[in-house]
Amino acid sequence: MKARVHVMLKEGVLDPQGEAVRHALGALGFEGVGGVRQGKVIELDLADGTTEEQVTQMCEQLLANTVIEKYEIELN
Amino acid sequence: MKAAVITFPGSNCDRDLAVAFENAGAEVVRVWHKDSELPSGIDVVGIPGGFSFGDYLRCGAIAANSPICRGVVEHANRGGYVLGICNGFQVLTETRLVPGALIRNMNLKFVCKTVGLKVEQTDSIFTGGYVAGSEIQIPIAHHDGNYRADDALLERLKGEGQIAFTYAENPNGSAGDIAGVFSDNRRVLGMMPHPERAAEVVHGSTDGQALFRALVDGLVSA
Repeated sequence: MKARVHVMLKEGVLDPQGEAVRHALGALGFEGVGGVRQGKVIELDLADGTTEEQVTQMCEQLLANTVIEKYEIELN
Repeated sequence: MKAAVITFPGSNCDRDLAVAFENAGAEVVRVWHKDSELPSGIDVVGIPGGFSFGDYLRCGAIAANSPICRGVVEHANRGGYVLGICNGFQVLTETRLVPGALIRNMNLKFVCKTVGLKVEQTDSIFTGGYVAGSEIQIPIAHHDGNYRADDALLERLKGEGQIAFTYAENPNGSAGDIAGVFSDNRRVLGMMPHPERAAEVVHGSTDGQALFRALVDGLVSA
């Protein structure tokens, strides 16, 4: 089985890299891009039977820094 | 007085940190990241700068979960002293031994220069050798030194006197101009600037010496 974890900075935490991407899009002539937030996607190859709870623990302990980041788990 | 200096794959300031401790009079034991326990009788643990584990995932995240860091957390929870510099500060935020988090510099650039630091808190074993409010010259060299704390945390840090140093001119976007913070009991200090790079005359500044001397002298007399 596979899991996909999306990690994003929490709302309110500034994202200097996202801001740089927003500026770059403006410089390319794309108008109306009001904001860009950059995160990461982590794909996990897991043993069958791994529970969502176990993936949640992976997120809490390592994959995300919950002081500044939030995460979402997609299991399939 | 015995100091442990930890080396992770990618640490590059571990030797400098060990020398700074030794020059201040400490006995230094070098510790490898795979060791699961600190040697006995350690008074202070130094977590050095560098790029532990290639800064993969997040700076300091993988080091914070290494076997030795469990020992460091236990040491701190027993009231032990810990000094984390640069990448060491990032490791300390990842272990939650100091509050807040560090992200990419506001201007996205790696900043490498000597900066002015204001000494905010002298009531600690690390900063007792400085004059409160004085400005010292210490080098910084980092890409991810932008300290993040929400308003509530900033208020708490100010109220509890947990801010050790602030930047005279903010080089990285840090909230509250914060360059170094203490744990609740002020026995753990995380700071982005490198006092071990300003500890000998040949370094160009000796303003970092007072930190190591105060620490060693304080622990010898303790």
